[in-house]
Amino acid sequence: MNWFSQITAITRFGMMSIPQRRGSAMATVIGIAGVVAVFVSVLSMAAGFKRAMTVSSPPDSAIVLRSGADSEMVSGFSREQTQLIADAPGVRRTDKGPLSSAELFVIINLPKRTTGTDANVPLRGVEAPALLVRDNLKITKGRMFDWGKDEVIVGDGAVQEFSGLEVGSTIKVGRYSWPVVGIFTANGSVDESEIWTDAKVLQAAYHRGDSFQSVRARLTSPDDFQKFKDFLTTNPQLTVKASRQAEYYADQSEAMTRLITTLGFSIAFLMAIGAVFGALNTMYSTVAARTREIATLRALGFGSGAVVVSLMIESLMLALIGGAAGAGLAYFAFNGYHTSTMNFQSFSQVAFAFRVTPQLLGQGLSWALAIGLIGGLLPAIRAARLPIASALREL
Amino acid sequence: MKYFPLIWSNLKRKKVRTSLTILSVLVAFVLFGFLSSIKQALTGGVQMAGADRLVVRHKVSIIQLLPESYKARMERIPGVVIATHQTWFGGVYQDPKNFFMQCPVIPEEFLDISPEIILPPDQRKAWVNTRTGAIVGRKTAEKFHWKIGDKIPIQSSIWSQANGSHTWEFDLVGIFDGKEKGTDTTPLFFRYDFFDEGRGGGSYGKGMVGWYTIKIKDPSKAAEVALLVDKEFENSDAETKTEPEGAFVQAWASQIGNIALMVGAILGAVFFTILLVAGNTMSQAVRERAGELGVLKAIGFTNAQVVAFVLVESCLLSLLGGGLGLGLAWLVISRGDPTGGLLPFFFFPVRDVLIGVGLALALGLATGIFPALQTLRLRVADALRRM
Repeated sequence: MNWFSQITAITRFGMMSIPQRRGSAMATVIGIAGVVAVFVSVLSMAAGFKRAMTVSSPPDSAIVLRSGADSEMVSGFSREQTQLIADAPGVRRTDKGPLSSAELFVIINLPKRTTGTDANVPLRGVEAPALLVRDNLKITKGRMFDWGKDEVIVGDGAVQEFSGLEVGSTIKVGRYSWPVVGIFTANGSVDESEIWTDAKVLQAAYHRGDSFQSVRARLTSPDDFQKFKDFLTTNPQLTVKASRQAEYYADQSEAMTRLITTLGFSIAFLMAIGAVFGALNTMYSTVAARTREIATLRALGFGSGAVVVSLMIESLMLALIGGAAGAGLAYFAFNGYHTSTMNFQSFSQVAFAFRVTPQLLGQGLSWALAIGLIGGLLPAIRAARLPIASALREL
Repeated sequence: MKYFPLIWSNLKRKKVRTSLTILSVLVAFVLFGFLSSIKQALTGGVQMAGADRLVVRHKVSIIQLLPESYKARMERIPGVVIATHQTWFGGVYQDPKNFFMQCPVIPEEFLDISPEIILPPDQRKAWVNTRTGAIVGRKTAEKFHWKIGDKIPIQSSIWSQANGSHTWEFDLVGIFDGKEKGTDTTPLFFRYDFFDEGRGGGSYGKGMVGWYTIKIKDPSKAAEVALLVDKEFENSDAETKTEPEGAFVQAWASQIGNIALMVGAILGAVFFTILLVAGNTMSQAVRERAGELGVLKAIGFTNAQVVAFVLVESCLLSLLGGGLGLGLAWLVISRGDPTGGLLPFFFFPVRDVLIGVGLALALGLATGIFPALQTLRLRVADALRRM
């Protein structure tokens, strides 16, 4: 009998006897499923947050802040300065003028739906080109606010996370009451966590005079960023920091993404160690239960390599079933699950959806296989080394 | 107790299996320790909050400033002992990654209202006498190797001085400790008078402060006092929102997310898994030993005694694993915050250690109960035949 059919034969025997050992086989499968489910769901949180922060920044968009400011919150410009930035070389122009939006960024307290406690919701004042500076921004309900009027539109993420933002409701900011006239989506990005109004309206409400906090611009091409940046940083009338919008948001999301990823990996790693012990236990008892059978096969001339391989196959099979179950569980329970957290750089809430990506599912399955491999190897080797004569005598 | 050697030798019979089970229980409890500490780190401020303190902030949001003149008006409200303010400085030391809180405060008032901050009397005196003086918590001082007498430059992203510079230099006059384990000893506090005179950049913020902390006479009247404060400033340009410090911290923690829920869900998954692994081991052990258990019954051990043997064995297994796991977690956690500053309150609360011990016992009972009940169904004659 050749080696391959030996493996097939032993593996088949093993599979057929699994129902007799279903308790311990289930323990392994569920143990591994637990590891994979926790790993995939924690990391899907990081993936979702990162996507929300970076998805809507086209490569040819830039953001300008006061030099030394690490977020819009602490930046500041006068109108003259924002105009200098809008007129800089590299900014794309249409017949209505440059594609550049000078914006204000403040936060207001609104209760979170889940807890009812106050959360810092971002409120942004924008200029007309704001919708063109970003990609994929669409009004899905109601209408755009009228320029110069005390009205706001609200991102879809904010509507889901915070109370009192549906079309027709009114938000109160100090002595002002602003009706919500529309809901917008922006491909699930961080913009969807915000409330928008006309920059002029916000300036008046916050006694900001004619000042702004950031300028967002669409460039003629991604390669023109350096030209744009050099012009601004060498202009003696300005002390600014220009960044590609994608890099700015990537920086802002870095700390949180790193925190969640580190936590996710450490928790999954510890759980995986526990699951390896569980798998070892199961496979050792499998070997113990099949001692006589394996010894008989060896006596009949089956090779020890075939025994090792087929036991490994069994262990990997159980691991794969567990891994698939865990990954599936994470996917169905958490993919698209909406929540929000704090962006510590801007002090404000970011609404986002968990994202179970194919890569995460792949990683989860590789963890499962690794656990199965480690958990199966030692018992398989023990089985192969059993002295045939004494093992045959064992009952 | 006299049966202990019997139980012990049963555990020793399959050394590999016993150690693997103990190890998987151990891992579960290390995780339990870690997650409890993370939860403590993110929400622990709530327990540290003073019951007699209220926080007053701008109604619209915490980033809106309040006039300094509110102090006198608050102190006239019945029930208020003292009102003092802090302001978010938003600075970094050398590198943006070196994040810790800094706030300008009025030294004497601030120290009086914060009994959890322990500052030696001579350092307190030095602070009151040094306009450029600052005090810092032990953790941050040790992190950057600062000594009393050092000049500490901090770059603020919010506040510039009259000459346009964003760098402020402070003389370190004191290093404070926390009264309790959970007290945050990362912040730096400096003097408001120095700050208010120094801040320039037009008229932005002069005479304005971030938020107030009020000490009240009677903690049971917190809600009424809070209402009075908010009423005082109703319909002004800067309306306020007043709440007990605990509620304020709670709201802040829940802005990060529902941490308790997440930690609970993960721990649930972990313990469910371990329950299965350990439970499986126990039922295997009982199945293998059916014959012996039958012998025990045959020579006169009662059903209850046999059940107890199994339960004690499973509890021993899980207490061993749990105890070792909690100990290991304790060792690792006491080495400090793994993120390097993001979690200032990172420690393993005694309360959670006790919960851990309880959980280990519960796990032992839960894993042992079904195999133990199996022994009840074991008929002596059948069992002996299996020998």
